[in-house]
Amino acid sequence: MEFFEQLLNGLNRGSIYALIALGYTMVYGIAKMLNFAHGDVIMVGAYTLSVSASLLGISPYLGVLLSIVFCAVLGVVLEKIAYKPLRNSSPLAVLITAIGVSYFLQSLALLLFGSQQQKVASVINIPSIYLGSIELTGESIATLGVTIVIMVSLTLFIKKTKTGRAMLALSEDRGAAQLMGINVNRTISITFAIGSGLAAVAGVLFVSSYGFVGPYTGSLPGIKAFVAAVLGGIGSIPGAMLGGVLLGVIESFSQAYISTQLSDAIVFGVLILVLLVRPAGLLGRKKIEKV
Amino acid sequence: MKRFASVFAMIVAMMMLAACFAGCAAKGGDEPTGGAPSSQPAEPGESTPAADDGEEIVIGGIGPVTGDAASYGLSVKQGAQLAVDEINAAGGIGGKQIKYLFEDDESDAEKALSAYGKLMDEGMQVLMGTVTSDPCIAVTDESSKDGILQITPSGSAEACAQYDNCFRICFTDPLQGRSMANYMYEEGVRKVAVIYDVSSDYSSGIYAAFVDEFEALGGTVVAAESFTSGDVDFKTQLTKIKATDAEALFLPIYYTEVAYISNQAVNVGLKLPYYGCDGWDGVIAQLEGDTTNIEGAVYLTPFVANSEDEAVQKFVADYKAKFGADPDQFAADAYDAIYTIKAAIEKAGSMDNDAIIAAMTEITVPGITGEMTFTKEGEPNKAARVAVIQDGQYVGK
Repeated sequence: MEFFEQLLNGLNRGSIYALIALGYTMVYGIAKMLNFAHGDVIMVGAYTLSVSASLLGISPYLGVLLSIVFCAVLGVVLEKIAYKPLRNSSPLAVLITAIGVSYFLQSLALLLFGSQQQKVASVINIPSIYLGSIELTGESIATLGVTIVIMVSLTLFIKKTKTGRAMLALSEDRGAAQLMGINVNRTISITFAIGSGLAAVAGVLFVSSYGFVGPYTGSLPGIKAFVAAVLGGIGSIPGAMLGGVLLGVIESFSQAYISTQLSDAIVFGVLILVLLVRPAGLLGRKKIEKV
Repeated sequence: MKRFASVFAMIVAMMMLAACFAGCAAKGGDEPTGGAPSSQPAEPGESTPAADDGEEIVIGGIGPVTGDAASYGLSVKQGAQLAVDEINAAGGIGGKQIKYLFEDDESDAEKALSAYGKLMDEGMQVLMGTVTSDPCIAVTDESSKDGILQITPSGSAEACAQYDNCFRICFTDPLQGRSMANYMYEEGVRKVAVIYDVSSDYSSGIYAAFVDEFEALGGTVVAAESFTSGDVDFKTQLTKIKATDAEALFLPIYYTEVAYISNQAVNVGLKLPYYGCDGWDGVIAQLEGDTTNIEGAVYLTPFVANSEDEAVQKFVADYKAKFGADPDQFAADAYDAIYTIKAAIEKAGSMDNDAIIAAMTEITVPGITGEMTFTKEGEPNKAARVAVIQDGQYVGK
């Protein structure tokens, strides 16, 4: 019985990690950059929801929509201002810039809202399901459902639509894609818009589950989701889903049956083991660099 | 492309400038010089630097009034200001007015040291500070060399009172753990579950002392779960605790996590009475007054704002009138620290450093955080008070 409860706890955590990892992995897969500010876009999404509900008095559903649109625009703007000028410089410069953007967003939130966490009302109206004494909250159900739907639709979008195929081409070979008439800038902008929109969805579901938002809300989940994306194979969309859920379940089980103090060590130990056996992650494709 | 980069740089520069202004404004704007008691002969902060044995007694204060821990520092600064104004209005200490100077340290040890140096240059005779533990420990090294009395209102780490010239007003972490163990055992609790923050000295310090004391009394800690700062999901720990036969849940942690835990305990179906430490101060504001899930929770605190005690009532009313906010325990600790300094100087009868420090162990201060005496080691002797959370209010018990 307790085993089943802990499994549910793990799934619940994992589905949030997976949702965040989807955005991470998509941006990495196509733009070939680690957007370390992704976690903080989640925080922005959560604050947008909070502000639109408390200050502007917008209905929660409109608030969610506003949050997605705002973050998508923010993603595009950040890419244009911070990342695009560095597109041809070393990956390290882009990585450092992303960390800078992350600090920038955190400090901005700290200035605007202060360090005190704010309570946010849940936007999920699904009633809880009771399995015996265990409560499976509406938020958990919604998070798991939304994550699966997004994973499937992202995969379909990339495989079936013209824009999606352009993204795929871009990720294979940017130069060749440009020669084939693909608008690189536009495609990368769309990638960032979708990635940041996903971050907003993750932010909304995150605060609905946990109830509070602060300037640093996004940073730890962002790191965990990055680990999940690497575990599943960064760049692979089903991999992000698998990695996220696995990470959540491993975390929960190691806390429940081994030790709460050691759980992080165990999680990262598993990551190292996986990377030793499969360097590209569980579902990642191994790329052979031709020199 | 270049243009975007320069626009971005400009925005960043503007943000930094704005941040600086915000910081400066907070520093200048909060200086409570525009005084309520206008009968005061000398407004603190306006007069010229005084000589050692002049007409004034110079008390310095150090604490974070900007940065992450700003709320603590601001409370201390204002609580002490209130006490200084009262004492000055009533004629000062032995006829001398107090000159109160406060410096920001952003809760950073390096900045605290330079703040200390600056205050010494301005003729500081007694130091009230610092507010947070790490900077405080750094400053004690210097103040012990200079031999002046240092009283920290809120530095709870053991080493904050490591030298003979250092005293503190608040409880130490281990003392909190022991007090709560005794309190809970007396309440009839025999089996307890604990969740603590393994990445925080404060939380693990309380936890370790609690376990020692509680088991020495004959109780059992049936579950000891931990987390690290930043975690927001506690369902696994709570599910584990649900499977034990714990009678109570002790949370020696800060209010942010208490808010998460109390919500998630409902989700996993765990119903236990809560016990906490002074880090709980602020939990009601965090929950925006909705305390349904932690109704009846008991936590240790040196100060309860709605206590019936007359001195406390007056302090709360005056503080509200002057600063427009409810005082917290930091403000109360600082208020008591100033009155402790006054008592020590009066007992010593001079401004001689050694005499003032020696007087510390001979005085009894009827503070608003309880009546206290001090040991030679710098620790306060005072009764631990507990507060109960009822109908969205902290109630003294």
